[in-house]
Amino acid sequence: MKKETKTSIPFYYKMIVVLLLFVGTFIVSIVYGAADIQVKDVWLSLASNAEGSDISIIREIRLPREVAAVFVGAALSIAGAIMQGMTRNPLADPGLLGLTAGANAALAVAIVLLPSLNYYGIMFTCFLGAAIGAAMVFGISAIKRGGFSPFKIILAGAAVSAFLQAVSEGIGIYFNVSKEVSMWTAGGLIGTTWGQLQIIIPFLIVSMLIAFGFSRQLTILSLNEEVAVGLGQKTTQIKAVLFVIIILLVGAAVALVGNMAFVGLMVPHIVRAIVGTDYRYILPMSAFVGAILMLLADTLARTVNAPWETPIVAIISVLGLPFFLLIIRKGGRAFT
Amino acid sequence: MFRLQTENINIGYGEHLIVKDLSVEIPDKKITTIIGSNGCGKSTLLKAITRIIAHESGTVILDGEDISKQDTKKLAKKMAILPQTPESTNGLTVGELVSYGRFPYQSGFGRLKKRDYEVIEWALEVTGTLEYRFRPVDALSGGQRQRVWIAMALAQETEIIFLDEPTTYLDMAHQLEVLELLQSLNQEQERTIVMVLHDLNQAARFADYIIALKDGQIVQSGNCETVITHDVLKKVFQIDAEIGKDPRTGKPMCITYNLMKEEKQR
Repeated sequence: MKKETKTSIPFYYKMIVVLLLFVGTFIVSIVYGAADIQVKDVWLSLASNAEGSDISIIREIRLPREVAAVFVGAALSIAGAIMQGMTRNPLADPGLLGLTAGANAALAVAIVLLPSLNYYGIMFTCFLGAAIGAAMVFGISAIKRGGFSPFKIILAGAAVSAFLQAVSEGIGIYFNVSKEVSMWTAGGLIGTTWGQLQIIIPFLIVSMLIAFGFSRQLTILSLNEEVAVGLGQKTTQIKAVLFVIIILLVGAAVALVGNMAFVGLMVPHIVRAIVGTDYRYILPMSAFVGAILMLLADTLARTVNAPWETPIVAIISVLGLPFFLLIIRKGGRAFT
Repeated sequence: MFRLQTENINIGYGEHLIVKDLSVEIPDKKITTIIGSNGCGKSTLLKAITRIIAHESGTVILDGEDISKQDTKKLAKKMAILPQTPESTNGLTVGELVSYGRFPYQSGFGRLKKRDYEVIEWALEVTGTLEYRFRPVDALSGGQRQRVWIAMALAQETEIIFLDEPTTYLDMAHQLEVLELLQSLNQEQERTIVMVLHDLNQAARFADYIIALKDGQIVQSGNCETVITHDVLKKVFQIDAEIGKDPRTGKPMCITYNLMKEEKQR
């Protein structure tokens, strides 16, 4: 293809810049925190067997925490991007379409019924809950013909989320397990261990790789469903695969950090402004931008009011709300 | 010869059938136009033939085989469909959109090959959209956008192209531009074209074969002389039409019309 009139910067350059930003943010997020840490110690903890209190803070507390932030940010952003592409709805997001609330409700039920559940169990409970939540939202919006209009999905998502939220709170109050439930659902990144990460990360990596493999199909689907069929796409199968990927990504993220609104909504919109509308570019870019956002938010959470932690959910929401309003003001111009 | 035909297809849900027991043969390498009033099932028929919507019963046959049994990707190399006024393209550039027409020929991540670039280039050239290649589709005028979508269908390299109301929302000159493009594709490259049109005179002027639908059934089909007649239009649209002759093309032409008397009184 001739390039003379093409003015945009190639994707690879953009990706390199974002990768550098990502590495920088990662180091910053490990250095800054309640305890003073030297950059030298960060290097030692990663690259040597040296011992020391700072080094063990990094290895056992900050590192797992930031790795979790990276993967959760990436997972939620990819899930949000897939949902927005699939439903052609700029407001699609794991939090708004009932997945997070479903996973929370399932967790609440599991805490009451199977209190000794191990971490694998917790994760699968979250998968199941996310699937139920999403199935309810899509089921309700599909009851009447005329398909998934953006409005119907958002309304159904709000209703189902409120219902499932009520279920988890109700269970919490009735069985007197509110504290345990909220510890999981609003826990943020505090107390993330390597043990948890070892279980969750393989699921996330596999789901993300599958998502990247389907990114071209997603681009075609995001254009227009009739066009996708006309171009020979097996839309039902593709949607089913994407649906499972979303459930895995969101379920695993909830198992790790609980509720995390706005990340999946915000990041794909930022990324589209950078790389355009091809999901082969949007998905990998969303993963890194999502990771950067979570790292920054977590660093803020640990430093604004040190030594006390500000909930990371609060920080993301403070950042997310103006963004949400901006999308509404723009009328999701990129979409309509 | 007919490569494409429907046999007794019913389309719709349960009791509410939109298209009823319809059998039609689409002439090869000709321009076929479907006409009929709003809600008569024109678009529905087009979508069922192109497997975008499922049909209740009956079969759509392409090259001697039921299309529901054929691989959808292979079908996409035989027939392309341009849906009615496709919505926004999210800032996609013309070149990108047209390149999606190569989707049926790709696998995996879909890196475009030399052959793909040649076809895309040709499709842009033929539709006169090469100069807009790097512009966002949304920034173009209605007529330009329609030509870009046609370019995408052309990049699919199919022998049959379906279009659902390709002239809607275009002014007279742009309508003609689109129709002449389709006519030249038919004449120069022997593509079979099937489209839904609202304008009877355009249908008469450009179509080799016209199918007039009412309530999901065929009232009359054939060349323009047999379909664009007072009686057929009366049945199909409940209009009392005065049919003359286009002084330039010699084709039948609806000069003026009134609603039928009994329709008015309702």
